[in-house]
Amino acid sequence: MKSAVDSNTVLWGQTIIYTAYVLAIMALMAWFAYNIVRTGPSKIKPAVFYAFVAFLVTTGVSLHIITYNTIPWTKVDLHGKNTPTAQQFEITVADHKFQLPSERLDVQCGKLVEFNVISKDLTYGFGLFRSDNSMVFQMQVIPGHDNIIKWNFLKNEVLSIRSTEYSGPEGSQMIVKDAVHVTGCTK
Amino acid sequence: MSFVQTLIGGNKGSFKPESLTPMQKLTLRYVVVGLVYYAFAAIEGMIMRIYQVKPISFIPPKQYFGILTAHPLVGIFGSTYMLVFGAFLFLVPMLLKKPLWSFKLANWTWGLITVGTFTFWLDGFISHYAPLYTLYWPLPADFNVFHPLSGAIFITGIALIMVGTLLFVLNIFKTITYTPDGAAPVNGKLMLLDSLGFTGLFNLFRGRRRNQEEDYLTPLPIVAIARGTVDTLFNALIITGTGVLILIYMIAELMGHSLRTSAIDALLYKNWFWWGLDLIADGLVLIYVAGVWYLLAMLITGKKLFMQKWARAALALEMVVSWTVWSHHLLSDQSQPAILKVVSGEMVTAFELITTGLAFFITLATLWSARPLKMTNPLKFLIGGLLGFALAIPAGIMQADVGLNRILHNTQWIIGPHVHVAILVGLTMTLYSVVYFLLPILTNGAELWSQKLANLHFWLHLLGGIGMGGFMGMAGLHGMLRRTIYYNGEYEGYMWLAALSGSLLLIALGVFLFNIVMTLGLRGAIGVFKKSDLDARELLPQ
Ligand code: HEM
Repeated sequence: MKSAVDSNTVLWGQTIIYTAYVLAIMALMAWFAYNIVRTGPSKIKPAVFYAFVAFLVTTGVSLHIITYNTIPWTKVDLHGKNTPTAQQFEITVADHKFQLPSERLDVQCGKLVEFNVISKDLTYGFGLFRSDNSMVFQMQVIPGHDNIIKWNFLKNEVLSIRSTEYSGPEGSQMIVKDAVHVTGCTK
Repeated sequence: MSFVQTLIGGNKGSFKPESLTPMQKLTLRYVVVGLVYYAFAAIEGMIMRIYQVKPISFIPPKQYFGILTAHPLVGIFGSTYMLVFGAFLFLVPMLLKKPLWSFKLANWTWGLITVGTFTFWLDGFISHYAPLYTLYWPLPADFNVFHPLSGAIFITGIALIMVGTLLFVLNIFKTITYTPDGAAPVNGKLMLLDSLGFTGLFNLFRGRRRNQEEDYLTPLPIVAIARGTVDTLFNALIITGTGVLILIYMIAELMGHSLRTSAIDALLYKNWFWWGLDLIADGLVLIYVAGVWYLLAMLITGKKLFMQKWARAALALEMVVSWTVWSHHLLSDQSQPAILKVVSGEMVTAFELITTGLAFFITLATLWSARPLKMTNPLKFLIGGLLGFALAIPAGIMQADVGLNRILHNTQWIIGPHVHVAILVGLTMTLYSVVYFLLPILTNGAELWSQKLANLHFWLHLLGGIGMGGFMGMAGLHGMLRRTIYYNGEYEGYMWLAALSGSLLLIALGVFLFNIVMTLGLRGAIGVFKKSDLDARELLPQ
C-alpha cells in the first residue's frame, strides 16, 4: 500500500486506454462501411475467427489480473477483512443525514483508515470527494449490514462526504463539506 | 403530388392500409406505440439533460426524480419491449412458416403494455412516486416520502406490463411447438429442446459426427429468440414477485397497519432483484440483439451465417452467462461476499465480452462474405448498432472490475458510455434497422418518402448517441454522480455538450417520424388502427 497511485492516476490511465480503443473501433467500422460496398476479396479464413476468440479471452482474463496487481486498493477490498487499521471512524446515517463522530475527521497520511458507515433506515451511499469534485472512492451503505471500507490516503487534502446512492429526492442534499482532513504527507 | 396531398395520402399514394392483413396491422401498431413511447423517453431525457446544465426552477426535485423513475421504464417497457415483441410476433411465424399461435393474445400483449405504461407514467407524473427503477429496499415502501396509493397505482401499471409479457412468452413458445390445423404433425418437445439450443449438446453426448445445419429443427434466429424469451420470462417473474411484495406493504399501510421494513434483508433483496433485473440487460437484450444481427445479416446478404456452429454454441454459453452475472451490480456493496464479486461480478461477466464479441464478428464476417453490398438503410443502421455495442460492452467490462468499480460506480460513466451508448446506439439503431427492413414488408411495398431524411436520421442519431454517452462519461471520470442534482454548475461544460448531443437525438427522431408520416400519410397511419377483413392466420396478403 505504499504506492503513489490514487483514483486520479487510475482514471487517467482508463481515459487514455478507452479513448484509444474508441478511436480504433470507430476507424475500423468506418473502414468496414467504406469497403463493404466495394468489390474485393470476401473470404474470411476460420483462423482469423479463432485468433479473434483468443484475443477476446486474453483481454477478458488479463484485465482483472492487471487491475488486481496495479490498483492499490483492490487487495484490501477483496481480502482485507482482518487487516488492522491505524484509525477507525464510525459514521451513522439516518433520515438523510450523516452523523459524524466529530465535526472534522482528521486522517493520517499513508496509514490504513477504516470507515464504518451504518444506515438506520434506507439504502445510501458514502463517497469522499476532492475540492475539484473528483472522487476518491465510494461505497454503498445498506441498512442492517456492515459497510466498512479501508483506505490509504496519499495526499494532504480536504475532502467532502457525499451520499453516492439515491435515497429519495432529499438524498441529493446529503453533503458534508470539508469533513475529512488528510495531513502528514511529506510530499 | 403537393406536400399536403402527400401528408394526407402518403408517398405517391402507395400505402393502402385496407390491403394489410391483421398481422401486418398489429405489427405496425406495435411499432407506432413503441415509437410514441420512445418519444416520451427522449423528451423526458431532454428535460433531464437541461436540468443537469442548470436546475429548472419550476420543476421541483421530487418532479425531477419522478421523471428519472418513469424515463427508463417508459424507454424499456413502453418502447423497447413494444418494438421487440412486435417484431418477434411477426418474425417467428415468418421464420417457422406457420401462423402465430394466438393472434388474440398478441393483441392483449399490445393493449396491456400500452395501458400499463401509460398508467405508471401518468401516476409518476402526478404523484411523483420516485423510487427509481432499481427499487432499493426499503425506499419503495418508505411512506414518509411516498404515498402508498400512488405507489400502488404505479406498481399496478408495471403489473399490467408483466401480464402482457407473460402472454408474449406463452405465445412465442406455443408458436414454436404447436401443429397448425391441417399441417404435418410437429413434435413439440423436440422443437422446444432444439429452439433452446439443446440439439447440439445432445449430439455431442451421442458421439455424433460434427453437427450439420440439417440436424437442427429451427433456424438460428429462432434459437436466439427462444433463449432470450426464457430470460424475459424469469425477469417478468422476478419483477412481478417484487411488485407483489411492495404492494403488500402498501395495502397494509392503506389499511392502517405499518409493516416493519427491516423484516426484509436489504442485501438479499438487492441480490434477488438484480438477478432478475439484469436478465433484461445481460440476457434478453444481448441475446435478442445477437439473434436480430444474425437474421439481418442473413436477410441482407441472402447467405448462410459465417461459423453457424459457433453462433449456436455462443447462444448456449449465454444460458450460463446471463443467469450468473448479476453480482457486477454489487461490487461496491461491502457485505457482498468477495467470492461472488470475483466469480459472478468479474469472471462470468468477462464472458459477455466473448459472447457479444463472437456475435459481432460473425455478423461482420457474414456481411463481408457478400461484398459488394448496397448501402441500404437496414445495412447502415445495422453497422451503427454493431458499433454501439462495440463501444458499450468494453465500457461495461471495465466497470465490472473490483478495482475500477470503486471509482466508477454510480457515476455518469455507467449511465453514459455504457448504458446510453448500448441502448441508444447499439439497441435502438439495431431496432431502426429492423424497422427500415420491415417497412416495405409490413406496408405491402410503401416507398420511403425521402432517402435524404433517412440519411440525416442516421447521422444525427449516431453522433447524438455517441456524443451524449461520451460527454457523460467524461463528466463521470471527473467525479460526476448519476441520480443526483448539482446546484452550483459543477459540470456545466460537459452538460452543455451532452445537452447539445441529446438535442441531436431528439431532432433525429423528429426527422424519422416526419419521413414515416410522409411515407404512410396521416390517412394511412389512422388506417393501421382500423380492423382488417383478411384472415388473421395469414402473415402477408396472398
Ligand atoms: C433519447 C434521448 C435520451 C436522453 C436525452 C436521455 C437522458 C438521460 C438522463 C439525463 C438521465 C439521468 C442520468 C442521471 O442520473 O444523471 C438518464 C437516465 C437513464 N436513462 Fe436515458 N435518455 C434517453 C433515452 C433513453 C432510453 C430510450 C432509455 C431506455 C430504453 C434510457 C434509459 C435510461 C436509464 C436506465 C437511466 C438510469 C435511470 C436511473 O439511474 O435510475 N434512456 N437518461
